Amino acid sequence: MTTLTDAPETSAARENPARRSRPVDRLPYLLLLPCLVIIGVLLLWPLGQVVTMSFYRLNNVRQLRGDREWPWIGLENYTQILGDPFFLTVLRNTVLFAVANVALTMILGTLVGLLLNRLGRKMATFVASCVMLAWATPALTGTIVWKWIFDDTSGLVTWLFNALPDGLSQALFGRSDWTGYGWFNSPLLFFSILTLVVVWHSFPFIAVSVLAGLKSVPSELHEAARVDGASAWRVFWRITFPLLRPVFGILIVLSTIWDFKVFTQQFVLAGGTQDRPTFMLSIYSYAEAFSPPPKYGLGAAIAVILTAILLVVTGFYVRMVLRQEDES
Amino acid sequence: MKKVALNGAGLLVALFAAFPVYWMIATSLKPSREIFSATPRPVPTHPTLEHYREILTGNLIPGVTFADFFLNSAVVAVSTVALSGLVALLAATAVARFRFRLRTSFLIMLLVVQMIPLEALVIPLFLMIQRLGLYNTLPSLILTYLGFSLPFAVWMLRGFVAAVPKELEEAAAIDGASRAQTFRRILFPLVAPGLVATSIFSFITAWNELIFALTFINDQGRYTLPVAMTFFFGRDDTAWGPVMAASTLFTLPVIIFFLLVQRRMVSGLVAGAVKG
Repeated sequence: MTTLTDAPETSAARENPARRSRPVDRLPYLLLLPCLVIIGVLLLWPLGQVVTMSFYRLNNVRQLRGDREWPWIGLENYTQILGDPFFLTVLRNTVLFAVANVALTMILGTLVGLLLNRLGRKMATFVASCVMLAWATPALTGTIVWKWIFDDTSGLVTWLFNALPDGLSQALFGRSDWTGYGWFNSPLLFFSILTLVVVWHSFPFIAVSVLAGLKSVPSELHEAARVDGASAWRVFWRITFPLLRPVFGILIVLSTIWDFKVFTQQFVLAGGTQDRPTFMLSIYSYAEAFSPPPKYGLGAAIAVILTAILLVVTGFYVRMVLRQEDES
Repeated sequence: MKKVALNGAGLLVALFAAFPVYWMIATSLKPSREIFSATPRPVPTHPTLEHYREILTGNLIPGVTFADFFLNSAVVAVSTVALSGLVALLAATAVARFRFRLRTSFLIMLLVVQMIPLEALVIPLFLMIQRLGLYNTLPSLILTYLGFSLPFAVWMLRGFVAAVPKELEEAAAIDGASRAQTFRRILFPLVAPGLVATSIFSFITAWNELIFALTFINDQGRYTLPVAMTFFFGRDDTAWGPVMAASTLFTLPVIIFFLLVQRRMVSGLVAGAVKG
């Protein structure tokens, strides 16, 4: 495994007199230059720019082209957002969604990872291949297929509910005819289906990472514990979890970052940016900025708030990775 | 008994994970009346390619077929891959082959920029694209995706470069090869497989991207596949046959590429967390 701290140059290379006689080698900096320029211009500068934009009133695309001036309004965009009760709804949606999805993804992913580790060779290969399919599927098409599965006339789920005995369906849900039922109409149902889609996409990465971690743990430890009569539950919490704690830490942080900014799945499932009650921060920012009438400054302010939240989470991530690199 | 339970759980997981992909392909092969029948059939009983024919030859808007969107997406993705592969290779060589003062800072920066929420950059990049006069052009997307794919590409490629034994290059240098020759004749061929793997990730990033393509392109003839699909199929009408055929054509290259390189993904993202 490559690490931050390992020195790719061998000691033999460092003793190379030719290199020692050249105190500052320009070559590495030249090689880095294109990369630094691109990252600077396309990632870091826009990151600064989004903050700048959030202090202006920008409601016209001509302002962006530079044809009209930018009126400075200080923190007005922020006070407008934070003072709007709708922002609380959005924030609540975002946080609850992220927490639920991280938890479900981690639980399902870990269980599948543990399962893959226990299955026979052929079965494990088969299941892992199927799991890879879910991972490889693009967010866009994966979501479209789930939308088809939940179609209100010929969708599989609608058919499944119609196939329930009428009495049972009536007793449980108060209706027996599900044709035409709007699966995406209530926010709670919408979020449940969105959760299903996102967890389906993201559990494979967790499963595969946990499996990789498990493979690196000496199996004697588990066998010994099991011989001593420890239950699977105890073995997990007393042996597996402590050993894989760093892996779990990074996986949780990465999942949190990803689930906080879900966009594509929501955009496709909701069919655009019209479904305001189910807004989360990323789609809220996008809709404010680009749905007519455009409010680029306001959208930028929301984007800044989203970034600030993620910055805190990223801080945890970087600290964790650096600690790993130091240890290994 | 326990083994049966484990295998049963395994089959359930496999079903949950793979079913939507199967269902997409199966639906794309069913004639319309089978798709919209009251009882869904698990397998297409009368398999047909009519939906594929429809999307590939039919005009979605006058003069524009699905194949045009395919081409737009391919142009964007391939250009991104070429540019990002070249720049990443140079940077990875610098990081893996040289010790210099800012090396660690650069690596930490790479790690941090990968965490920038790209969704937050739509607005400022839209501004930049407007200012550069690139609005409504494919290069606007190539440029954007280049920035997005580069940090991970460098991060991944530096491992491949570091894995090439340095002695080979030293031997070439002793034999009188210049630095450029060593790079071209020794390092490049040996890193090529890693470059392919890295390129696939850049390709997938560019191929799948929706938000920026949605924002930067106005002219329907220049839509990339994801935008075309949300635009033509994502609204109210539900021609599920053509939608699933288009989805299948969009998804299959990604799945094939992905399966080729997925191992790198885990080691790249959980860098250093798992030893061995």
